[in-house]
Amino acid sequence: MSDLDALMKAFGEAGGDKAILGNNEIAHLVASGHKLLSMKSVEGLEVDARETMAGISAKVTVKEGIRIKNPVHLCFGVLHKKGTQKIKMDVRLEKNSSAHFIAHCIFPNAEKVRHIMDAVVEIGEGAEMRYSETHFHGLYGGIEVIPKSIVKIGKNGRYFTDFTLTTGRVGKLDIDYSVEAGENAVTELTARVFGHANDEINIKERVVLAGKNSRGLIKTRVALEDEAKAEVTGITEGNAEGARGHVDCMEIVKDNATAKAIPIVSVIHPLAKVTHEAAIGSVDKRQMETLMAHGLTPEEAVDLIVKGILK
Amino acid sequence: MLLLEIDGLTYGAGDKTILDDFSMTIEPSEVHALLGTNGTGKSTLAYLIMGCEGYMPSSGEIIFEGKTINTLKIQERSKLGITMAWQEPVRFEGISVSDYLRLKNKDINPSYYLEMVGLHPELYLHRMVDKSLSGGERKRIELASILALNPKLAILDEPDSGIDMLSTQDIVNVISAFKDNGSSVLLITHREEIVLIADRASQICNGKIVCTGNPDKVAEYYKSRKCFVCDGEVCAYV
Repeated sequence: MSDLDALMKAFGEAGGDKAILGNNEIAHLVASGHKLLSMKSVEGLEVDARETMAGISAKVTVKEGIRIKNPVHLCFGVLHKKGTQKIKMDVRLEKNSSAHFIAHCIFPNAEKVRHIMDAVVEIGEGAEMRYSETHFHGLYGGIEVIPKSIVKIGKNGRYFTDFTLTTGRVGKLDIDYSVEAGENAVTELTARVFGHANDEINIKERVVLAGKNSRGLIKTRVALEDEAKAEVTGITEGNAEGARGHVDCMEIVKDNATAKAIPIVSVIHPLAKVTHEAAIGSVDKRQMETLMAHGLTPEEAVDLIVKGILK
Repeated sequence: MLLLEIDGLTYGAGDKTILDDFSMTIEPSEVHALLGTNGTGKSTLAYLIMGCEGYMPSSGEIIFEGKTINTLKIQERSKLGITMAWQEPVRFEGISVSDYLRLKNKDINPSYYLEMVGLHPELYLHRMVDKSLSGGERKRIELASILALNPKLAILDEPDSGIDMLSTQDIVNVISAFKDNGSSVLLITHREEIVLIADRASQICNGKIVCTGNPDKVAEYYKSRKCFVCDGEVCAYV
């Protein structure tokens, strides 16, 4: 079986739609380890991806005024037990363009694997980018995921990101996102992670509301069980007139797991406003009782509540 | 046989006795309204019947269909056919209204129950049972979910309270739906006009029933009370 077939098989087993590779209207980039396996572009989307000594480097540009109709699929993975995948992404959305990128990160057999993503994103005036990243991990927990991104959003631009790691063991996760929003720009960063066994989760997200009337939301949902640990740092700075930001962190803890939330909000302009809320603890008693009064067992109730916050 | 019999129930928190040798009954298919001002022990009674954590009577019995259920857990009482709508229903992230109504029975038609509580299914089925709902919307959805369970006994804790309160007609419609299903209802309220839709009513004051009978008469008795917040001292009932 070729590397591409093997990765696509794992992708299919993780619930992905393998037909996207054969669809001429859907752009994609597929890489296994440091090998580029498949790539397709569509009109208005420029992709310059290559294998380098350090890993994979990709420069992606959405041309001015182009709105990419179908999501662009990025499929990254390491199928071996040991290995490293280092990806450097340089994404630019030119003025008034838009695109939705869906990243599928597949590491089903990882016993000692590192996945490092280093991204620089520039969103032009009036452009909109959505980035959804979903991980499919195995049961060994021997993986380290280190996504880092630096994002700059131009005037009236929009940037939404959604990171999901709820299937399999997390291993070690170390997210470091930083977003700067210009005038009237909007950004929302969402992360959902379910930690088990001795998983270690470290999420640091920073939004700088630099432009007048910019908006930012950092939303984090973490569930932990066994001995898992998580530390979530949500930073929002309101630096301009009319800027509005909010940090919303919820962590549910079971067994001997431990969680920490560090919301940092700062305002240096008198007409900016940043708020935060953080809830950490065991499953809410009232929620449990309500579901049990509806006929669920305690186990079913916990399962439903956890699945709900990670949805 | 009585559906529910509360016999000499006493419950206290700290030094305060909240329910004091409290007794009442509910017949099968009966709507029994429990009327009382704030602080009289109405919600505490609801939690004791439902079996909420931390609510264990110091004496007395809760008897459901002839069996004492004092030691049963909440989910065991639910299995017997007891359920409850809390005064302020909690919110759930990531659970749609449709899924919430079908928690126990996947085969029910959630639209049917939403219409019963005056909500348009197409506007609500796919919404989440989270903080995006107003207080009134959340209460209606909770009532719809209780109806969908088709319980033997539904405890409704002040469905008429709150900023987005349901109208008297809304409550009448919901109670009628329970009656049509053959469910009994313990309707907890502090509004005397709501009591009139019940088959029977009782007034609670300082943890005790002070009168039981025809809803008209109990409502009149309640209107003539001297206190508006129960302190167990001002009124002449205790």
